[in-house]
Amino acid sequence: MAEITLHKEQTISTFPMDTEDGTLVVNFGPQHPSTHGVFRLVLKLDGETVVDAVPVMGYLHRSVEKLSESRNYLQNVPFSDRLDYLAAMCNNMAYAVAVERLANIEVPERAEYIRVIMFELNRIASHLMAVGSFANDVGFYYTPFIYCFRDREDILDLFEMVSGQRLTYSYIRFGGVSRDLPDEFIPALRKFLDKMPRQIDEYERVLDTNEIFLARTKNVGVLPPAMAIDYSVTGPVLRASGVPYDLRKVAPYSVYDRFDFDVPLGKVGDIYDRYMVRIKEMRESLKIVQQALDQLPGGDVRAKLPKVFKPPKGDAYGQVENPKGVLGYYLVSEGGVEPYRCKIRAPSFINLGVLRPLLIGYKIADAIVIFGSFDVVLGEVDR
Amino acid sequence: MIDTINNIFGIVNKAIGDFVAGFLPAWVAAAIMALIAIVAALVFLIVVVMLETYLERRVLARMQDRWGPNRVGPWGLMQPIADVLKLLMKEDIRPLVADKWVFFLAPCIVLVPSVLAYAVIPFGRGMQVADINIGLLFLLALGSIPTIGVVLAGWGSANKYSVLGGMRAAAQMISFEIPLLLSLISPILIVGSLSMVDIVKSQSNIWYIVVQPVAFLIYYISGLAEGNRSPFDIPEAESELIAGYHIEYSGIRWALFFLAEYMNAFTVAAIATTVFLGGWQPLPFLSFIPGYLWFTIKAGLLFISMIWVHASLPRLRVDQLMAFNWKVLVPVSLANLVLTGLGVSLWQYFVG
Repeated sequence: MAEITLHKEQTISTFPMDTEDGTLVVNFGPQHPSTHGVFRLVLKLDGETVVDAVPVMGYLHRSVEKLSESRNYLQNVPFSDRLDYLAAMCNNMAYAVAVERLANIEVPERAEYIRVIMFELNRIASHLMAVGSFANDVGFYYTPFIYCFRDREDILDLFEMVSGQRLTYSYIRFGGVSRDLPDEFIPALRKFLDKMPRQIDEYERVLDTNEIFLARTKNVGVLPPAMAIDYSVTGPVLRASGVPYDLRKVAPYSVYDRFDFDVPLGKVGDIYDRYMVRIKEMRESLKIVQQALDQLPGGDVRAKLPKVFKPPKGDAYGQVENPKGVLGYYLVSEGGVEPYRCKIRAPSFINLGVLRPLLIGYKIADAIVIFGSFDVVLGEVDR
Repeated sequence: MIDTINNIFGIVNKAIGDFVAGFLPAWVAAAIMALIAIVAALVFLIVVVMLETYLERRVLARMQDRWGPNRVGPWGLMQPIADVLKLLMKEDIRPLVADKWVFFLAPCIVLVPSVLAYAVIPFGRGMQVADINIGLLFLLALGSIPTIGVVLAGWGSANKYSVLGGMRAAAQMISFEIPLLLSLISPILIVGSLSMVDIVKSQSNIWYIVVQPVAFLIYYISGLAEGNRSPFDIPEAESELIAGYHIEYSGIRWALFFLAEYMNAFTVAAIATTVFLGGWQPLPFLSFIPGYLWFTIKAGLLFISMIWVHASLPRLRVDQLMAFNWKVLVPVSLANLVLTGLGVSLWQYFVG
């Protein structure tokens, strides 16, 4: 297979067949409505069929990891918000878990439960966005997208109640959460829990009964389990391929071992399964939130920490099951107020590794749907 | 009284013609009458397109649980005018590498046939610009010209996405013309005439949607595909090709494409109304509503059903679309045609 040379002048001069073998090289992105941000995919097309695909990342690189080395531990929390900006709570959690392991902080029980509630709510919000924008990629004219946004709005309202923010919460911090739940939160959450299952049914009715949707998604972009493991894919994409790997089950963090929930798995590993796993995970998340809310203990929400927080010398790796996959924070402390090194394992970035072999041989329309089914967030791909 | 309202446009036009004939030669009067009819049809068309854009945004919005345009004028009714003004004032951008003449001609080639189509459509009793005896054939011939414009637009813009869009459009529009034609031939077999006026008249007892439901369905589906409407909006596929063949067009040039698209959508609805829904003929118990309103209501409802489809269906893939056309629509319409032909011959043999 011929390699695509990216440095060749291919912008305006050579139109339209700028390759010798009659294929067409198309820059899909960085400005394109379906790239979910600034992702660039160089597609080599034979007619409508993808012959080769090269993902190009880095358009949103903000050097978060390097910046983290010159900020203290608390100042680094907002950076984590801006990785996967659709699941900021989950990112906060990953960072908090890593710092807590680094400094051996004991987290109050109430805080752990609140964290779980926030984490799962944020998973629902993120999956809503994933399902909605995926439906757009398939070619719906915004209808499921706006339905999903309508319900995501309720979750954002809940988050605004607790943190004052709608996107970048910085609510979950090491040692607990930033403040206790406000009084109006629990009734609002109960109302949401009553309503949400019906809404999810509605998405399923809109999407799952649609012949064209099924024709577009079934048996397209099949990712075999072995290949998924080889490429260290995680999250719903991995589970859609039928691999039962969910950190909440295999290596429970926080208080996840106290809840009863299933890990939805796909059978085929096609894009339909990826969509279905997300829908089912939303239901499971609702179950977890319900249980956490029922068991919510009283008490403090923040561990006592010194004013100048200096973790002991050493390193720690904290990982959580984000909506997109396993998000890991590796922190090295030299005993100072700032981390010596901060490495982020971003699930979106690693999941994208499998994109190229998956796209080859499909039509452009399928390529976009396959890319959409991965549900990447570019803030996380380019850290 | 009802007859007067029904023929109000014809009466006014005739009065003007008679008035002019009083002091000018007869052919000038005839020309002026024809001109009035043309202008009236054009005004109707522009108003319809404006209403269509408004309806599309509004109905789509309500189906999606949001408001849609509601700021400009009462209920946002002035929104189309604001849109047009905005488009008129936009800078006219032509890409440096685009083929100048092709880029300029493409929107015109797309637009002109869409307007011409309204020459033969009967809006009401005796309300058509021209009653030619090959009306339907004329319409179908016009319907295949925009394909050329779309391909030219795709090629002339010198953009890879637009080339892809243009090629898709060519493949799609040419393929779907076949079931479109075949589905319209079945009613023609029954009528025995290609004149739009005759087709409407022959439906005074029963609408052809009752006699030819399969043909209507096939016509509706392939009409959606001809007009590049969802779920067959593959040439413009937003999530894949961004805007397809008109990606490089902006301002008023883009507006021409847009205009043609909505005119085509209404043409599809108008032909369906004329051939299958009895044209301007009223339902028997509602005959006090004038014919031109009936025509507009029927075509408008068909257009709203297109919006409904737009809101609820995703896009097909190119190969699925082609398979659907050649493996389902063409055989079914052929079978329908053969059965209709058989039925008509038997009818003529035994009854008439």
